[in-house]
Amino acid sequence: MRWINRRISRSTALLMGATPIVVLLIVYLIIATDRNAINPNEKILPLPGAMFDVMRALVFERDPLSGRYLFWSDTAASLGRLGIGVAISTASALCVGLLLGLLPPVRATFGMLVTGIAVIPPIALLPVLFIVFGLGETAKVALIVIGIAPFMVRDIAGHIGALPREQIVKAQTLGASTWQLMLRVALPQSMPRLIQATRLSLGPAWVFLISAEAIASDIGLGYRIFLVRRYLAMDVIIPYVIWIAILAAVIDFVLVLTSKRLFGWAHRET
Amino acid sequence: MGALLSFRDVWVEYGDLIVIERLSLDIEEGAFVSVIGPSGAGKSSFLRLVLGQDAPSRGSITLDGVDLKPECEPDRGVVFQRYSVFPHLTALGNTMFGIECAKAPFVAKLFGGGRREAIAQAEEMLEAVGLGQSKDLYPSQMSGGMQQRLAIAQALITRPRILLLDEPFGALDPGIRSDMHELITRLWRDYGLTIVMVTHDIEEAFGLGNRVLTLDKWRLDPHAPHRFGATVVYDLALGRKDKKPSLKSEPEADDASIERTVSNTIDMNSNN
Repeated sequence: MRWINRRISRSTALLMGATPIVVLLIVYLIIATDRNAINPNEKILPLPGAMFDVMRALVFERDPLSGRYLFWSDTAASLGRLGIGVAISTASALCVGLLLGLLPPVRATFGMLVTGIAVIPPIALLPVLFIVFGLGETAKVALIVIGIAPFMVRDIAGHIGALPREQIVKAQTLGASTWQLMLRVALPQSMPRLIQATRLSLGPAWVFLISAEAIASDIGLGYRIFLVRRYLAMDVIIPYVIWIAILAAVIDFVLVLTSKRLFGWAHRET
Repeated sequence: MGALLSFRDVWVEYGDLIVIERLSLDIEEGAFVSVIGPSGAGKSSFLRLVLGQDAPSRGSITLDGVDLKPECEPDRGVVFQRYSVFPHLTALGNTMFGIECAKAPFVAKLFGGGRREAIAQAEEMLEAVGLGQSKDLYPSQMSGGMQQRLAIAQALITRPRILLLDEPFGALDPGIRSDMHELITRLWRDYGLTIVMVTHDIEEAFGLGNRVLTLDKWRLDPHAPHRFGATVVYDLALGRKDKKPSLKSEPEADDASIERTVSNTIDMNSNN
């Protein structure tokens, strides 16, 4: 049978999906055990036991210097920045994207500007942000917003602009004004797309968050990773990276679920 | 009975390109006008004119004696071949849309008593097009024929002066199509509608309409085909408003009546 026609049952798929992960873990363990056997002070590939010990201190014990549970305050700080940044981007994508996509005069006026901003590499603007907003929270959130909002705006504007002309005409023959059309036709149809755009933007959003934290911060997941890098503390870095991956996966899952719950009409096959 | 919709020497030009020229036409209230013609002969442009999507470059179009604004208005309902219904609303929501736009200018959504009233009207309209049982379905859960029924119900709820149909049954299976023919004929009669239907199915045009317009270029210059626009080359009145629609059962009778009117109207109108 051709590979493209193979059907995989749910349980088999789960098993197959787990296989490479397990294999990687085993390979890691073998190499790590090997290196630790040769060098008791091995730093690069720590064993799970060592990671658990270090992480236990970060998760369950207060830091003697700051009096904070470092792991949780890092997580809270990073998620806060990410949340505010993504929320601002989503809201502006919705407002600006709707107007750009639906109203030709707005598109003619601001379309080029948005495209122009979108092609600037956001990291290149980071110095500007630090100069303008200082090294505080604002600059980090602003980097996330500048990094993902233009893409989201263009995505929503494109989606709204691509709504069948027939629908727009039909709404008008039913008496809809521009405002009513925006509220009842364009807005609801942009919502599932907005969630989709948010999902896609979360990857870059994490990149910008961690970059900003790495450069100027005193708390946050990215800050911690870059801080302990000086001591080659892979026993902190690896668990932190896994934790970031779990957070990202959970957020993505919640977004998919929300979209399916609230906008079932967009997920049905025609 | 005066003309509901009048075209007076209407031209549509885009720069050098002449799409429609010298179009003069009166459509009476209660008429079912089929518009046929070869591709590129201005059928869509004609429809866009009536809809208000395009303005004529010369001449005037009046509805009830008032000049048509170059914008879509609720006095002209439309059903397209596809994409006529809103995918994010149920059948009921789609049908109520027109009422909600008219009664709630700011939120375009009704609540309480107004909403109950709108639901009752919408349900009645859905019943009339045979979708009484499907009011909670989304368009993606409906077949093509059901979607077109919904599009008709949605358009009729605002009681438009003219209903425009743009190849409304073109994408449907033959069986479904004849059901739809019955439906539209019944609605035309029951609601006293004025219908303008653009189609490329000649059988459909003659079977449903009581007047058939043929749009075509009145002259073709092989060296400058774009310099001559389309106009009405045949205007056939089919005097059988009270006859049942009969696409299949009495083809001979239909043909005979068509032939008779063809010779009459061509001479009378001297359009060609």
